[in-house]
Amino acid sequence: MFEAIVFYVFSAILVFSALRVITARNTVHSALFLVLAFFTCSAIWLLLRAEFLAITLVLVYVGAVMVLFLFVVMMLDINLDHLREGFWKYLPLGALVGIAIAVEMGMLLWVNFAGVQSNMPDVPADYSNTKALGNVMYTDYVYPFELAAVLLLVAIIAAIALTLRRRKDTKSQDPAEQVAVRREDRVRLVSMPAEKSE
Amino acid sequence: MLSLAHFLVLGAVLFAISMVGIFLNRKNVIVLLMALELMLLSVNMNFIAFSHYLGDLAGQVFVFFILTVAAAEAAIGLAILVVLFRAARTIHVEDLDQLKG
Repeated sequence: MFEAIVFYVFSAILVFSALRVITARNTVHSALFLVLAFFTCSAIWLLLRAEFLAITLVLVYVGAVMVLFLFVVMMLDINLDHLREGFWKYLPLGALVGIAIAVEMGMLLWVNFAGVQSNMPDVPADYSNTKALGNVMYTDYVYPFELAAVLLLVAIIAAIALTLRRRKDTKSQDPAEQVAVRREDRVRLVSMPAEKSE
Repeated sequence: MLSLAHFLVLGAVLFAISMVGIFLNRKNVIVLLMALELMLLSVNMNFIAFSHYLGDLAGQVFVFFILTVAAAEAAIGLAILVVLFRAARTIHVEDLDQLKG
């Protein structure tokens, strides 16, 4: 019963903040409402006993990704004038389509899954979701884990390579050029008559 | 009291909201990226709900990887945005038409 109340309160906050993300006039407000949405979603995941992922959502998504978003929003000098052009024009149709999709999906899901109760085994008091995830992750799913690490490496390199700016007047060596040097570029044999010294 | 359908409907509502967000905010690239994050959030909600109600940890493992990919994609998307803004001084999507034939 208490769970149901908590669920309804948190999902109301989540849906409200998701709506404000897409309708806020100021982009900084949108970003802040998205932070609220992630926090609230994390609370709902705690209800579903996914503690590790709830905390990861706060640490990674809010703590890193949303901070990154806020950095970018603050850095870019956004001209708010025509950013919302077409917002009011498309709102009736967009809202209609959105409501239609939500209602269709909701009806289907409700009919099929309304009675499904939790199949989660009863866990002892010292059950650690993190430990259980670790057990599974490093044995059955170790290959995707390593692939995810490579993906993150690629993302780091890509983000740095895209935004790196170099000073134009720094001098540096280029080992590739050094290695590709040919003898003809460096040595020139000149034929000269021998000089006599008196 | 709370069944699987509650969480799935919540995921569906979030997904629909993010889709409407993409419809309405086609000009603002940052809000587009944020609507994309909302979409990924709704999918994650689905996975975690199923993981709980089927008693299988595989759903949570998948969410782990979706979080990883979403963070990487957000970082690269924002890097592209920053470089674009340096060149074009605008995030108005309609001004980004240099590749237009």
